[in-house]
Amino acid sequence: MPHVRILIRPKAGILDPQGTAVEQALPQLGFEGVSNVRIGRLVELDAADATEVAAICDQLLANPLIEDYEIQVDGAALAS
Amino acid sequence: MPLRIGVPQFPGSCDEVDALLAAGHVGDAELLWHRDRDLKGVDAIVVPGGFSYGDYLRAGAIAGLSPVMDAIAAFAKDGGPVLGICNGFQVLCAAGLLPGALLQNADRRFVLRQVELSVETTDTDWTSAAEPGQLLSIPAKHQSGRWWAPSELHAEIADQEQIVFRYAAGGNFNGSLDDVAGVCNEGRNVVGLMPHPEHAVDPLTGSTDGLVLFRSLLQGATNV
Repeated sequence: MPHVRILIRPKAGILDPQGTAVEQALPQLGFEGVSNVRIGRLVELDAADATEVAAICDQLLANPLIEDYEIQVDGAALAS
Repeated sequence: MPLRIGVPQFPGSCDEVDALLAAGHVGDAELLWHRDRDLKGVDAIVVPGGFSYGDYLRAGAIAGLSPVMDAIAAFAKDGGPVLGICNGFQVLCAAGLLPGALLQNADRRFVLRQVELSVETTDTDWTSAAEPGQLLSIPAKHQSGRWWAPSELHAEIADQEQIVFRYAAGGNFNGSLDDVAGVCNEGRNVVGLMPHPEHAVDPLTGSTDGLVLFRSLLQGATNV
């Protein structure tokens, strides 16, 4: 069964408070050169029919209004 | 016949009791179960606050798929009045019944405070008894209440006067786009807002400003 990885990220231009929190914490650890931190989600699943995964993303795993997603099947990127 | 108002309960709802009490000020309130498709012939629906299905995945995402929401979507499509409060607002957005999305508050904090809202339009089933521009003092309590929509959608709903409530000047504590605290659908029968009118219906809790939403419903029902 194909193994699918789905990367879900907040759309560009939307404030990502989690990313901001991490970015603000890093200098306290001495990492001064990090910017544009964005935090999303990784979903892994096995799908009998990998062509269904885009519909699964649109209807449940992601909110297409605020999130972009990228589908990888068995390690290869699938156009999303 | 008194007005009958249904309040669906999801696993993780926590404000259904206050929603029932508030609805009880204008009619008979009835609890509905999330697995039921039968709305028991109610005249209106209040989707209550809480953390439906633990807010797993995204706030409101799983609840939006429950059997009772199928029935509520059909009810809304037929013009039935539906109010979503806090998590109920998130559920209605996730189900596509209201425009936009609710994101984590800009400062990441869970906030509980009394807020002032201005009524931006009285042309909805839930604000018809209010005065245009009326200020309502009601509590807000959430961590994911930052309303957001892409610029085209935002412009469209602003143009169609679908922004129903705004945080009063200086009161936008969660970073919502354009100070939006509540919106309605095109049919103006479905309204959602983050703050809690159902917690402001008794002088005991300091404000009864939330009652005007429920009185609007009653007024609409009487005029029919």
